[in-house]
Amino acid sequence: MLPHSKIKIQNSMTPPLQSSKRSLVMNASTSRLRRLGGLLGQGFLFSVTSLSTLTVFFIFYFIAKDAFPFFKLEGFREFFTSTRWYPSGDPAEFGTMAIFFGTGIVTLGAVAVSVPLGVSAAVCLSDVLPFNARQIVKPVIEILAAIPSVAYGFFALVVFAPLLQNHGGAVLAAGACLMMAPLLVLLVVVASDLIADRCSDLMRRKARWVAGLVLGAAAFTLMTYIGRQLGAIEIASGANALNVSIILGIMALPTVVSVSEDALQAAGRDLREGSYALGATRAETILKTVIPASLSGILAAVILGVMRAIGETMVVWMASGNAARIPGPWYNVLEPVRTLTATIAGDMGEADHVTGSSRFHVLFAMAFCLLAFSFVMNLVSEGIVRRSRKKLGK
Amino acid sequence: MKKAVLSTILMAVVALTVVAEETIVLDGSTTVGPIAKAFAEYFMAMHSDVNVTVSESGSGNGAKSLINGTCDVANMSRPMKSSEFSAAAEKGIQPVAHVVALDGLPILVHPGNPVSELTLEQVRDIYLGNISNWKQVGGPDKKIVVISRDTNSGTYETFEKMVMAKKKICEKAEYVGSNGAIRQRVQSTPAAIGYAGLGFVDKTVKALKINGVYPSGATVQTGEYPIARPLFMYTNGYPKLGSPVHRFVTIHLSEDGQEIVEEIGFVPVTAY
Repeated sequence: MLPHSKIKIQNSMTPPLQSSKRSLVMNASTSRLRRLGGLLGQGFLFSVTSLSTLTVFFIFYFIAKDAFPFFKLEGFREFFTSTRWYPSGDPAEFGTMAIFFGTGIVTLGAVAVSVPLGVSAAVCLSDVLPFNARQIVKPVIEILAAIPSVAYGFFALVVFAPLLQNHGGAVLAAGACLMMAPLLVLLVVVASDLIADRCSDLMRRKARWVAGLVLGAAAFTLMTYIGRQLGAIEIASGANALNVSIILGIMALPTVVSVSEDALQAAGRDLREGSYALGATRAETILKTVIPASLSGILAAVILGVMRAIGETMVVWMASGNAARIPGPWYNVLEPVRTLTATIAGDMGEADHVTGSSRFHVLFAMAFCLLAFSFVMNLVSEGIVRRSRKKLGK
Repeated sequence: MKKAVLSTILMAVVALTVVAEETIVLDGSTTVGPIAKAFAEYFMAMHSDVNVTVSESGSGNGAKSLINGTCDVANMSRPMKSSEFSAAAEKGIQPVAHVVALDGLPILVHPGNPVSELTLEQVRDIYLGNISNWKQVGGPDKKIVVISRDTNSGTYETFEKMVMAKKKICEKAEYVGSNGAIRQRVQSTPAAIGYAGLGFVDKTVKALKINGVYPSGATVQTGEYPIARPLFMYTNGYPKLGSPVHRFVTIHLSEDGQEIVEEIGFVPVTAY
């Protein structure tokens, strides 16, 4: 690609240069004008850049300004330790622990969906698929990022929630089997290989077959058992943490895929060729060389994915059920949860800002916590990326 | 050519500013908001010389605006409190109530649910979490999915006041952002229960009889249906007869006004 385009540029650039009669030495006034123009341009660019930096500070300032009155009015204790959220009640209660929990579990769920899928897709894109296929697949994955979040929310509410309600068990069983099947196949193959290696040379072939069959049957029984158990579950309400986690996971997917694919690419051709030269297979090269070399980049991708999921509002407001309560056993993702973003969006409307009530300021207190968290996460991911660049010597 | 266009635009602007000299400012409830907006549209079509603006900031803010003299009409989904009356009296404002429409809140369930009747106490117990399975009220053995409007809405406030009797809705209740979303969730969830405005009842959901009365325009009007309320517009004193404000707050008494009220899903105060 590159040399080709260079030639093109030369072709198009050379004729006008040759034909122009401009002298190579500038006179003093032109040179001064040029310098002034340069300074002006620099100044303009500098002010635009500093404006966007200042915006961040202003956001911090204005959110903090409306967040601190809440703590002055109500103190810290109830906000962080109570789970009772009745902002319009009389007396009002502002316990946000359940809401923080909701944000946490939904984000964890989104990570559980998007990281395995996203990282394997990135490995596939960078090291397995041929170049032509990659050219097609990557843009298609990136289209996911262009879909507006309200469209995801509508899908979650109108299609996915009823599906979970009506065929919840079947959906869960199918999902679990899809996820477990490749893992179990790998496990059976590796385990039977290991067993066969311990046998004498004569028995090895037979032992591998027998072990494979026995282990395969065991794995199959396990899978059907788990599928049966999950299939018997009835989901009362489709607007729950699981629904939102899956949708958020899909939304975070393009971020995770493209950032970790960039990291894998950055590991470089020389590293891969060095590994091949030492006699490693492709699987060994990927698992033992490429992934460890780009691990910090992948971690940064995961953090960016987390931030995408944590800040998403529309989907959770529409489809998470918005019940401010820590579910039965805390890991029960089939119950509705309420998140910080959804609470801020949903309660902003009539929160009485004329009187500066706690009901108004509590939303800013939540926003401030969110902002502080994502700021720290951003710093961490920035640090990781910087460290990884240094490690790779770039 | 350019000059001609410019001057016509200028003339139009001048004409508009000259014609629209009178304004009526409305502020208050988000529930009454749609009625006020529909009335405003109707009113401005009839009187092009009057400009009507409607803002929706909540009943409490509506009362505040009227007391501070920043609006002509306060829309409220609840009657004024005595504290608001005394604040008004201090400022020399005399709030006069005009009931423009009635609003009923049907309790909705999935059309496949065999339950078709509940008492007000049963509805309250369901929302308190004391009744958590449909078999406790004669339905199938299914956990009840409790759905409520978000705490911002006038609909929620009415429900809280008329059904919950000062008790708090249980924590497991799901909250959704609009009447339409309530209907969507109820029609797709077999074990759900929810509430929405009268205008949102259709074939896809089932409205329950409460204390033996089916929610309809007629039963809301007579007061037989227990979860119903009047909707108010408050003015400072009774407006001068024939003034734009007077004409505006009496629209609901005309045949057209009653049709408008019915069209957006509320119940007219009088039958024509």
